[in-house]
Amino acid sequence: MVEILSREMLAENIWQTVVYAPRIAKSAKPGQFIIVRADERGERIPLTIADYDAEKGTVTMVTQALGLSTRKIVSKGVGEHFADVAGPLGRPSDFVHETMEELQRKRFVFVAGGVGTAPVYPQVKWLKEHGVEVDVIIGAKTKDMLIYTEQMRAVASNLYIATDDGSEGFHGLVTALLEKLITEQGKSYDCCVAIGPMIMMKFVTLTAKKFNLPCIVSLNALMVDGTGMCGACRVTIAGKTKFTCVDGPEFNAYDVDFDEAMRRQGMYRTQEQRALAIAREREQGHKCNIGLDK
Amino acid sequence: MANKIPRVPVREQNPAVRATNFEEVCLGYNLEEATLEASRCLNCKNPRCMAACPVGIKIPQFIEALKVGDVAAAADIIAQDSSLPSICGRVCPQESQCEGSCILGIKGESVAIGKLERYVGDWRLSNPKEAEVAASNGKKVAVVGSGPAGLACASDLAKMGYSVTVFEALHEVGGVLVYGIPEFRLPKKGVVAKEIESVRRLGVKFETDVIVGRTVTIDSLMDEEGFDAVFVGSGAGLPRFMGIEGENLNGVLSANEFLTRANLMRAYDEQYDTPIYVGQRVVVVGGGNVAMDAVRTAKRLGAEATIVYRRSEAELPARVEEVHHAKEEGIEFRMLTNPTRVLGNEQGWVTGLNCVEMELGEPDASGRRSPIEKAGSDFTVACDVVIMALGTSPNPLIASTTDNLETNRRGCIVADENGATSRPGVFAGGDTVTGAATVILAMGAGRKAAKAIDEYLR
Ligand SMILES: Cc1cc2nc3c(=O)[nH]c(=O)nc-3n(C[C@H](O)[C@H](O)[C@H](O)COP(=O)(O)OP(=O)(O)OC[C@H]3O[C@@H](n4cnc5c(N)ncnc54)[C@H](O)[C@@H]3O)c2cc1C
Ligand code: FES
Repeated sequence: MVEILSREMLAENIWQTVVYAPRIAKSAKPGQFIIVRADERGERIPLTIADYDAEKGTVTMVTQALGLSTRKIVSKGVGEHFADVAGPLGRPSDFVHETMEELQRKRFVFVAGGVGTAPVYPQVKWLKEHGVEVDVIIGAKTKDMLIYTEQMRAVASNLYIATDDGSEGFHGLVTALLEKLITEQGKSYDCCVAIGPMIMMKFVTLTAKKFNLPCIVSLNALMVDGTGMCGACRVTIAGKTKFTCVDGPEFNAYDVDFDEAMRRQGMYRTQEQRALAIAREREQGHKCNIGLDK
Repeated sequence: MANKIPRVPVREQNPAVRATNFEEVCLGYNLEEATLEASRCLNCKNPRCMAACPVGIKIPQFIEALKVGDVAAAADIIAQDSSLPSICGRVCPQESQCEGSCILGIKGESVAIGKLERYVGDWRLSNPKEAEVAASNGKKVAVVGSGPAGLACASDLAKMGYSVTVFEALHEVGGVLVYGIPEFRLPKKGVVAKEIESVRRLGVKFETDVIVGRTVTIDSLMDEEGFDAVFVGSGAGLPRFMGIEGENLNGVLSANEFLTRANLMRAYDEQYDTPIYVGQRVVVVGGGNVAMDAVRTAKRLGAEATIVYRRSEAELPARVEEVHHAKEEGIEFRMLTNPTRVLGNEQGWVTGLNCVEMELGEPDASGRRSPIEKAGSDFTVACDVVIMALGTSPNPLIASTTDNLETNRRGCIVADENGATSRPGVFAGGDTVTGAATVILAMGAGRKAAKAIDEYLR
């Protein structure tokens, strides 16, 4: 059982939860993730680590409540417990292994979309702590859906915001903003890291390619165990099958088969929708009369 | 004199009924049946059964005790050599071990040693005995993994007075016994949980959700957390795929994923949130216990289920009883068939499995006749789901995060017969050393390592 220390709504359906998990907090590195099981009957849900504090023993996660299991996760309040939190899982970001000299010569640009902003934060924070200059682009549908802008401003050299509807910052997609920074503002980067919805990462990759900019993405594949035991998280990387949970979650973006990855994410979609519908019916206190629970 | 009666039949759930539920298939003997079956044993002077038991259980002796209805004595005799009789009685490949060597089996039917062991093991679970635990010796041992190897090692060490903590990556303790082998073959509450409870009663601590190599490392356990020795019983959990076209289509999954969803995550129980998909027709590729478990689980979840195996029935590595049960339950077997390609529709979902027919050639290194493709024999099996049960290998995580821990070509940790590895103080046993094998071998390896750890720390 893992205790919840705080919970806060960051935007509609997006919640930040801080738990007490000292072993994970001590071992976590940028780029890694955890697996959370809300209760004894819950699924094992992979969530990226949004922050960690080894001294306090805390781990922060940001969850977008979409399906039944993520709704269960965000509905737990302070003082309540998750049945399980396991991690840190996956390989840390590659830059963790580079020498300081190599790193400090590099110009990084991070492209964060939606809840993907949360896992970008510990990476930028780590780089900042190691004296590396980092630009960050955060994208969201609209101003109200932006998260982690204040935290990010504190650690990024330059923070750029893009909203689809123009309600804040650049009016348009993160890809257009990235392109503008490079072509109009004369920015030059050595490495781009994109984390967000699969479709966004696919298009950031295409944009980066135009400028021969090396690009890394963090894949959010379906998972069960997160330890390499099941292969549910298979993705095709440079024509070879890899397990996202142990070989990733970060991969060289140019090598990723995004279309396959997106398709595989939908493997259990109809069943998840069904489960959610049943749960909603149960919540409303009446028996399902359209046969969904059969 | 031994009783010259036929082998006492064991009660089982009706095949038509059990193919739709997850309750245990075999109901086991009662005392009367067990004593009657025990009476068939010849009590051979030179017991071949015992020699064929991987851990050398004193089979004739425990059966002698059963003959006179002294189940407690029988349980004590088995306990000298095995710590998991109710589990091994259910899942050991008896036909190639004890029962396969029984003299009675030459002309007729061997003594039902497995069923007798199970009876005695179950009796002990319902009549637990206070274990003798030595006074604490103040030394700490970490056990990585809670499968049969880890459980056996932990309980022996605890009895010797060590303070033992088991670290398990998953959220539940038990290894393959909980995530792999299905409820209908090995009940979780009735058997596995009770075995684990008895290990807990010895004072062994369990920490779940700890992935050694990520959450902690072997070095941090020894250097920072004060463990004097470590036993690695992390199994062989990494699933293999065939590498054929279409293997990443939606609907192709490893048996490990399918069984984990069904067993560990209880997908068959409506009360749990886990999704599982079987469609109308499932094809399972492989012929081992894992393949049988997957195909019978798929059947129970409502699909038509087929086994595709590249050799012939005689080579099926699964326990004979499982193959027999699978057939009774209406599983279709397509022998001498090898998949070449998974077919899919435009949305990327499986629609079928392309296969070729095989014929058997010369025996290969394993002594089994190797299958050869029949030219021009391509055909397609229509299906919605393909489950790959092709074997597993050890997860490289521990070896890759522990300096100087030697592994072999197949990724198995190298250990001597007592479990000592290339790292002083680090011992290993079970599937992580042998590659995927059996519960009894893992249990035996865990016990041997416990002895060696005791000698090392003394
Ligand atoms: C579906 C299936 C059916 C089988 N049927 C039979 C049968 O009928 N008869 C038979 O004799 N055998 C059978 N086997 C084989 C048998 O289950 C194994 O040989 C046996 O369980 C091996 O025991 P073990 O303790 O070595 O490993 P496991 O039982 O695999 O346990 C290893 C444990 O270690 C944990 N672990 C792994 N890595 C780490 C880490 N880094 N940190 C912490 N924990 C970790 C795993 O999560 C797991 O719980 C079957 C196997 C499967 C998969
Ligand atoms: S989630 Fe099971 S192998 Fe990656």
